[in-house]
Amino acid sequence: MEAVVNQLPIGLSIGAVLLLIALGLTFTFGQMGVINMAHGEFIMAGAYTAYLLQGWAGRQAVLVALPVAFAVAGIMGLILERLAIRHFYGRPLDTLLLTWGVSLVLQQLARDLFGAPNVQVQAPTWLQGGMGILPYNRLFIFALAVGSVVAIWGYMNRTSQGRRMQAVMQNRQLAAVSGINTGRVDQRTFFIGSGLAGIAGVALTLIGPVGPALGTYYIVDAFLVVVAGGLGRLGGAVIAAAALGLLNSYAEFWTNASLAKVIVLVVIIGFLQVRPQGLFVLRARALT
Amino acid sequence: MTATVRNLVPPAPPAPALRGPSLRDRLKGPAVFTFVAVLALVAAPLLLEPFRLNLLAKYLCYAIVALGIGLAWGQGGMLTLGQGVFFGLGGYAMGMYLKLNDAGGDLPDFMVWSGVEKLPALWAPFANPVFAVVFAVAGPVLLALLLGALVFRQRVRGAYFAILTQALAAATVILLVGQQGLTGGTNGLTNFFELFGQDLAADETQRGLYLVVAAVLGVLYLLARQLVRSRFGRLLVAIRDGEDRVRFLGYNPATVKTVTFAVSAGMAGLAGALFVPVVGIISPALLGVVPSLELVVAVAVGGRFSLAGAVLGAVLMGYARTSFSEEFADGWLYLQGALFILVISLAPKGLFGLLAAARNLIAARTQSRSRTMDGDMAGGADGPLVEAPEARA
Repeated sequence: MEAVVNQLPIGLSIGAVLLLIALGLTFTFGQMGVINMAHGEFIMAGAYTAYLLQGWAGRQAVLVALPVAFAVAGIMGLILERLAIRHFYGRPLDTLLLTWGVSLVLQQLARDLFGAPNVQVQAPTWLQGGMGILPYNRLFIFALAVGSVVAIWGYMNRTSQGRRMQAVMQNRQLAAVSGINTGRVDQRTFFIGSGLAGIAGVALTLIGPVGPALGTYYIVDAFLVVVAGGLGRLGGAVIAAAALGLLNSYAEFWTNASLAKVIVLVVIIGFLQVRPQGLFVLRARALT
Repeated sequence: MTATVRNLVPPAPPAPALRGPSLRDRLKGPAVFTFVAVLALVAAPLLLEPFRLNLLAKYLCYAIVALGIGLAWGQGGMLTLGQGVFFGLGGYAMGMYLKLNDAGGDLPDFMVWSGVEKLPALWAPFANPVFAVVFAVAGPVLLALLLGALVFRQRVRGAYFAILTQALAAATVILLVGQQGLTGGTNGLTNFFELFGQDLAADETQRGLYLVVAAVLGVLYLLARQLVRSRFGRLLVAIRDGEDRVRFLGYNPATVKTVTFAVSAGMAGLAGALFVPVVGIISPALLGVVPSLELVVAVAVGGRFSLAGAVLGAVLMGYARTSFSEEFADGWLYLQGALFILVISLAPKGLFGLLAAARNLIAARTQSRSRTMDGDMAGGADGPLVEAPEARA
């Protein structure tokens, strides 16, 4: 019983990281029909940002890195969108392959810049220890995810920019003829989505070492969150990420680590039998 | 550039002409095929030293997987990022037989090292070579049928399908690495000595294996080509280009897609079974997310809409990989990434697409010169005839 409770914060913090990663994916996928495999490398960029800031900010690097990583990863995303992805809107399979090429290059670049071995980011002293079974670092990650979701929700529902984003997501052509600059909206979505991946990268430095392949460990799971949650749906992503994080950690705990991923995949395929389009579906009359 | 990007979908096959294609056109395909077959089956074993021949056999194994990808992705529009799993199933089936055969009734060496005392029940049937070979094909086919039936019936498609197959590849690797005593963990299965009583290290055996691989590739290519040209193949392409429309016509796209996916999985499984004696190892690193994607890259580079393009792409990329990583290992990743970005953005139809475009250009030149009176021929009845081999060859 105690072990079951102990597993809870681990599962939830994995879910929180998955959520931060999946938010960017679900919006770029839902709004632009783009699958960004290089998203994992934005996570890595965020983590290395924290590592680099260590020399200047010392143990508070993680805190300082949050806004910086958001900007760094966001700008990387923006560049990718401007240079390559915008030519491929609505062709998810091609963007998937294209961005995989980008991801290969970025990984090798990280290997050349920072070396192949993993590096460590020192957590701030005030994040060490914990309350009972709740380690502070996992609590911090959880708070980070909650904060990001609230911010995104507010952005989408309470600002005019966010409402334009929703309009484009629901019907691009209709939004365009209503005078919305869809290209501008796409850029913003890409910036924010990639930036969130950067924040996820900073969060990951709290629970593990940083390496060039950091993103590849999480990207597949994050995509599964998008599939299970439904495209471009905030609520779906939250529930799916929490469920997947918990499922992952409990499956690992009860069986063994190697079976966990198989169980997760089987559960997702089973879930798609009931809800082929994910938890929440964006209703549209258009037929592909 | 935008024009190339937009015109990704190849033009529809030509309406049946009143008179069939000329004799010369009809003989061209078989002639090229025979030429390549003679080159591969006669010239290569005579001219290449054993080391290079062995490498070529490896590339041809990958080409068999690529053929399956070309079928599923190029013709059927199913981007499968998990072909490595099927390849691995075939490879491990073969590897298990070879291991048991070498051990001669004892436990395979790696099991002794990881403290396994009794042969696991899962391994027992693989002592029989017939079972191992049949399983190498049937296992992937059944897995693909199951997955396809579950996924396609629910109309889960496109990117969703790609993500699911990728997750399958990731999960398989973790599973294989974790079950050390059963699968050899990260090291996989290696150190094979003999196959059907033949010494695997001998040049003679390897030459024989090469011939078998080349022959299998040739036969599978012809079968795949026939499949694509059949009614089934037409239906498959129709589903790729407009699944809902095909459904409205009364067909069930899920069945067609599932069968195609299973065929491509069977090819990958057979390729895996051939790969193991040729290369001498099967390990999780050979079948994970990255190797699966690399094969898709190879197909894209060769030309995804053409089966021959897929085969060519796999051989070329295999060759490029060996020669570049011999020179500078790190540069290869940059090169591969860059090549991929360039191919997808500038030449989405790959090398074969470029070839066809060049041929069309020349044909259009000569045509406009010879029949200036006819005016605009673009998109006319004669246009697609030139383009047809690319869509179907």
